[in-house]
Amino acid sequence: MGNEENQFKLAEGTNIYKVVGTRPVRPDGIEKVTGRANFGADMSLPGMLTGRIVRSPHAHAKIISINTDKALALPGVKAVVTSADFPEIGPKQRGAGEAPVSFRDLSRNVMARDKALYDGHAVAAVAATTAAIADQAAALIEIEYEVLPHVLIAAEAMKPDAPVLHDDMFTKGLDPKPDIPSNVSQRFQFGLGDTDAGFREADVVVEYDFTTQCVHQGYIEPHACVVETTEDGMATVWASSQGQFMVRNYSATLCGMDISKVRVLPAEIGGGFGGKTTVYLEPVAIMLSRKSGKPVKLVMNREDVFRATGPTSGGHAHAKIGAKKDGTIVAGELTMEYEAGAFAGSPVQFGCMTGFAPYDIPNVKAVGYDVVVNRPKVAAYRAPGAPVAAFAVESALDELAKKLAMDPLELREKNAATEGTQAAYGPKFQRIGYLETLEAAKNHPHWSAPLGPNQGRGIASGFWFNIGGESSAAMHVNEDGTVEVVTANPDIGGSRASMAIMAAEVLGIDVSRVKPLIADTASSAYSMLTGGSRVTFAVGKAVCEAADHVIEELRARAAKLWDVDVEAVEWRDGAAVNTKSDAGETLTLAQIANSAGKTGGPISGAANINAEGAGPGFGTHICDVEVDPETGHTSVIRYTAIQDVGTAIHPSYVEGQLQGGAVQGIGWALNEEYVYGEDGCLQNGGFLDYRIPVASDLPMIDTVLVEVPNPGHRFGVRGVGEVPIIPPLAAVANAVAAAAGVRVTDLPISPPRLLAAIDGAK
Amino acid sequence: MAKIVLQTEVAAVFAAGETEHDIDAANVRQLINRLDERFPGIGERLRERTAVAIDGEIFQDPLLQTIHPTSEVYFLPMIEGG
Repeated sequence: MGNEENQFKLAEGTNIYKVVGTRPVRPDGIEKVTGRANFGADMSLPGMLTGRIVRSPHAHAKIISINTDKALALPGVKAVVTSADFPEIGPKQRGAGEAPVSFRDLSRNVMARDKALYDGHAVAAVAATTAAIADQAAALIEIEYEVLPHVLIAAEAMKPDAPVLHDDMFTKGLDPKPDIPSNVSQRFQFGLGDTDAGFREADVVVEYDFTTQCVHQGYIEPHACVVETTEDGMATVWASSQGQFMVRNYSATLCGMDISKVRVLPAEIGGGFGGKTTVYLEPVAIMLSRKSGKPVKLVMNREDVFRATGPTSGGHAHAKIGAKKDGTIVAGELTMEYEAGAFAGSPVQFGCMTGFAPYDIPNVKAVGYDVVVNRPKVAAYRAPGAPVAAFAVESALDELAKKLAMDPLELREKNAATEGTQAAYGPKFQRIGYLETLEAAKNHPHWSAPLGPNQGRGIASGFWFNIGGESSAAMHVNEDGTVEVVTANPDIGGSRASMAIMAAEVLGIDVSRVKPLIADTASSAYSMLTGGSRVTFAVGKAVCEAADHVIEELRARAAKLWDVDVEAVEWRDGAAVNTKSDAGETLTLAQIANSAGKTGGPISGAANINAEGAGPGFGTHICDVEVDPETGHTSVIRYTAIQDVGTAIHPSYVEGQLQGGAVQGIGWALNEEYVYGEDGCLQNGGFLDYRIPVASDLPMIDTVLVEVPNPGHRFGVRGVGEVPIIPPLAAVANAVAAAAGVRVTDLPISPPRLLAAIDGAK
Repeated sequence: MAKIVLQTEVAAVFAAGETEHDIDAANVRQLINRLDERFPGIGERLRERTAVAIDGEIFQDPLLQTIHPTSEVYFLPMIEGG
């Protein structure tokens, strides 16, 4: 319904732009649907070797010795690498992506050094002339382990007698500083006011414990790369990632190389969702190529992806909310422990910051613990940390509404954060559109539609900050007046289309005249990776500025052709206008481009910026489910995702972001979880056993794009990709609670779990 | 003077747990220098791993952003995303 509504709006002519807000065919569409697009695994080079990673079969083990003799003696084997081939990296931090990275931990995650810390941890790698020989050689590498006790759950890992993963990890953020190592890397705290005093004022208090499971981003394309090294010390990397500059920096650092010695060419990417904001294979492939003198390809299979790449944290959350009888919330507390995987760095602090952010609450306290366990190191996943916190807060709010006998939507409206509200993490909000999403939900036919037997409706909201960051763009005007827009961010969610649209809007030309391209690291200025929903906002700002520079140059060229001052030339609707000419003399972009040689040479523009002014995003989702009381199976029968998107540059892509995030959140709520055996090894490392929702599981996800323009962007863009995964966990859980009459506080709400809850309530 | 709020864990290590401070500074660089004079060692921590929100707007990698005498400045973790 949302799609039709938006098209109707455009048809009515309410769009104030000529190109922004339209839905041109995607620039990469034909290549993708014809199978011609080249992804990470599609690259091949003459003489290329096939690499294989040898992975730990133990969840926690000392590596006593590695003997590679038999593998190296196998005909066709050209190189074997272990951690001994990588430089030892000290505990320095160097931020090159979205946030600081511990290269010491990253190096030890890419290749285990003294201990294997999870089932699937890379321990060695081999490169051979064929895949069969590489498999055979991998099996010939002899690794002696001393198996250690393992721990998989944060609550267990925090106990005093838990196996300790890192002898040098002492909990930060505690006073006094602890003197014994712990699996808790850090304690975080955020808040406002005095929650004890707030709860004393409350007439009604709700308090619940919630747990969620570690879930994977579930991108369809496994990690893959091809690396060629040459005698001059250069490494050329073809890889599927969320940032070619991130791959360059991380790989160079882990391999002890100058950044200028690594060139990364971005492949098309088959999904990332945050999971491709780090490296796993590229440094290993560089080392294999360097040792063998041959190009090397490394490709993960699905089991590798599940066992060894970043899922997001599972965790526990204790939520307590107090309110007056009229529904005014006076205090909120959240205590959470997130599993970081084998190295520190769960997103628990963002859970602490976001859980209560949609609400204007005077007294808030959120405490988080980052806990290491014997699982793969977590990676970013849409709105890292926020969905778990929102699951707790938004579920508790639903119970609070019941206790107050209030409509849950009205409870949220009554307490909604607006411009000037002090956010639960401290600063005051500027212009935000949360209340508008609630109004849209209330006015949507879904909210008042009748329900049948065993059916229930849930509502929940979510918040994410959104970011800007370092971004670059270049624009070249061709001889015929077509324009190339060159940026350096992998296109995950339609950024090529967005860049072309914004360039066309600023230049005043048809979008079909603009060709968006993605450059490699040697062909563009630095740009931060594609993540945090920043590209359409931040790189879009760079594109707009580059277009401004092009227009400036076009006006100057026209002025030369007319022999007037440049101030006399205005740029209107894709053409220079001579304001000194009574006849309204004009020169189109194509005419100026065609004579560029006569007026000074090629015409281009560029912009390198650190984009500021990212606008926060809020969303509200409505979910209807039908529960089978005999099996505990839950069917989502209707779903509406509503979000303040600022301005939708290409509405189809924005709707796709909302739909995709909602589906991933629904999977998190109902199906997805890592299943480990008693030995700490993953038992469901494949899509047959790790159940993500498929199209036949779900109804069409309806979307409503609420447009409250972000004042920090000339077209009002806000990031849109993070928010839609935040509300679904609680929206689904609240709907299930309404349908089944029981509150399930542990995810996933799988049929056995729900059936047990239904039976327990009888 | 601008109102400055440190993250709890940073305040615990460098500022005896005191999160709120009033400091005169024209920009983020000056602010961090003055905090470092008051709490030796905090500067290195704040320069490397911290974003700031100035009057509600978050800056991921700040240095020269203007701070007014009436500004509210919150030091925050650098924001990530998927």
